[in-house]
Amino acid sequence: MAERLLVEAVNDALHVELGRDDSVMVLGEDVGRAGGVFRATAGLRERFGENRCVDTPLAEAGILGAAVGLCMAGWRPVCEMQYDAFSYPCLDQLITHVGRYRWRTGGAMEFPITIRMPYGGGVRAPELHDDSPETYYVHTPGIKLAIPSTPADAKGLLAAAIRDPDPVVVLEPKLIYRTERGEVPDGEHVVPLGKARVARAAADELAAEASCEVLDIRSLRPLDEDALLESASKTGRVVIVQEAPRTVGFGAELAAILAEKAILDLRGPVLRVTGFDVPYPYWKIEDAYMPSVERVISAARRLLEF
Amino acid sequence: MAQVAHRSVIDEERELDGVGERELLDIYRSMVLLRTYDERSLVYHRQGRIGTYAIFWNHEAMQAGSVHALADEDWIFPSYRESAIGLLRGMPPATVLHWWRGHPAGWWNPADYNVASICVPIATHVPHAAGLAWGKKLKGEPACAIAYFGDGATSEGAFHEGANFAAVMQAPLILFCNNNQWAISTPLHAQTHAETLADKAVGYGMPGVRVDGGDVLAVYEATREAVDRARAGEGPTFIEAVTYRAAPHATADDPRAYIDLARVEQEKKNECLGRYERYLRRLGMLGDELEAEIKAEAVEAMRRGIAEAEAEPDPDPELVFEHAYVDPPPNLREGWLG
Repeated sequence: MAERLLVEAVNDALHVELGRDDSVMVLGEDVGRAGGVFRATAGLRERFGENRCVDTPLAEAGILGAAVGLCMAGWRPVCEMQYDAFSYPCLDQLITHVGRYRWRTGGAMEFPITIRMPYGGGVRAPELHDDSPETYYVHTPGIKLAIPSTPADAKGLLAAAIRDPDPVVVLEPKLIYRTERGEVPDGEHVVPLGKARVARAAADELAAEASCEVLDIRSLRPLDEDALLESASKTGRVVIVQEAPRTVGFGAELAAILAEKAILDLRGPVLRVTGFDVPYPYWKIEDAYMPSVERVISAARRLLEF
Repeated sequence: MAQVAHRSVIDEERELDGVGERELLDIYRSMVLLRTYDERSLVYHRQGRIGTYAIFWNHEAMQAGSVHALADEDWIFPSYRESAIGLLRGMPPATVLHWWRGHPAGWWNPADYNVASICVPIATHVPHAAGLAWGKKLKGEPACAIAYFGDGATSEGAFHEGANFAAVMQAPLILFCNNNQWAISTPLHAQTHAETLADKAVGYGMPGVRVDGGDVLAVYEATREAVDRARAGEGPTFIEAVTYRAAPHATADDPRAYIDLARVEQEKKNECLGRYERYLRRLGMLGDELEAEIKAEAVEAMRRGIAEAEAEPDPDPELVFEHAYVDPPPNLREGWLG
């Protein structure tokens, strides 16, 4: 067990997985010589060689499209998209091929592609360095998606993604890449996809008024519906928090599941605290967009008073 | 300009080095098989026995000529215009007919034939071919890849990204453009301002070659050279095979609204299979009897193929949930009554 920053845990996972399986290779923009703009791939090229950690042309659809062919040649590609919003050109390949190629072969061929990228706002960056694109990805059949929020999960979920036989997207919260520090198991560490995590049993700000469970969904597909329903049954009141824009965000999916399966447990409406249906704002006013502690507490109080 | 002379073999009455009578007749058999597949498919479509179908009539020289220049370990990445190209690798006609009948029995394992799945969206398979070729090279395997696409595909971003990727990685790839001068109703001059499509190769740092796409031996020769380069570690080659679309884009298309009908008639008179037959006859390799025999074999293969396809039971609706995931999410069947 070592204490690591979240981005160091990502780097550790890549070192362990490349060391464990010769067919795993990392490709992306600036991942080799520079070690990634966030240093997530630092040291890989030196340790595993330039053919296992490849600086590609600046071409996101090319990276993901090449990954499809690399799978056919027996590789297990881990593609880095440099930023959330820079990944959009790769959606063409993701939607038209990555999510459906195995299906198209009648299950004969596997496409164990991992797509990892830093995501989310709050980092005082120019436009299109701040997006939360999970809905685009998870709406695509054939694609799995995980979002870690602790260093241990950043390592374990990435390892699970790399080992998974299906294509998996991992969104890494860049805001806490270098602020979130925690214990990370050494060596091989896998956190299975499809398991939510009870992050805390009570939230401090609300401790005096009510007991609050925080559920980290962690894996959007496969989704741990049981954990969601169990949590809802304990409290009867659910606030869903997401940074992505509101309409058809993943929170809407969770709310729909609660409406379908937890109606008798609910003691009030399912409320969402989300980003807004606007382009992610310029950073001088980005805090106004982010789901703040105040907005979460306000929603929780509204629900308690319902 | 990268332009190489528009290469031809048949019109120049040349003979190819190292290609004997047996190989020439094998190429002929392949062309006949493809032509027969295509013509029968049009009939089957009109009879309601297959769905919408992308016609490749007069593209057989490009497909057969290039495939014969490959080794079995080389990978083929077809577009929908090359839907039946797997037949040249031993794929049963029924499999391709199933594909056009919307039946999951039209799925195949690409590794069984080294033929990737039919790519429906334009040019998006070019990066796959680049990745496969690069991946084989990284593993030290000798295989190369060929990606087929039309003139319209060269306008797509995926074409550019795949071509550039292949060049940067010096991947053993052949980019095979069947320039039939039409993308449905859009003529070549509305697709590009480049003088030739082969000129685009310069920008990627790879050779660009132009061949007569109706001349199966010119296609064979150009592809063989590209394969030799690829295997020698010299990277990708762009081949522009120039032809003219003498048939509708697909069964759902009526080109009379936009195409030059006089030109179509002229192209039909000079279609690629007839040109090759006349060449083989001039060399004394093909007579009436052999021609009839080869054509009868192809007709019989198609007769068996459609019979087999039509004998296949309707697929189980449960297949809706199969094959997208090795390890499906637990809520996949939410709402299913079956």
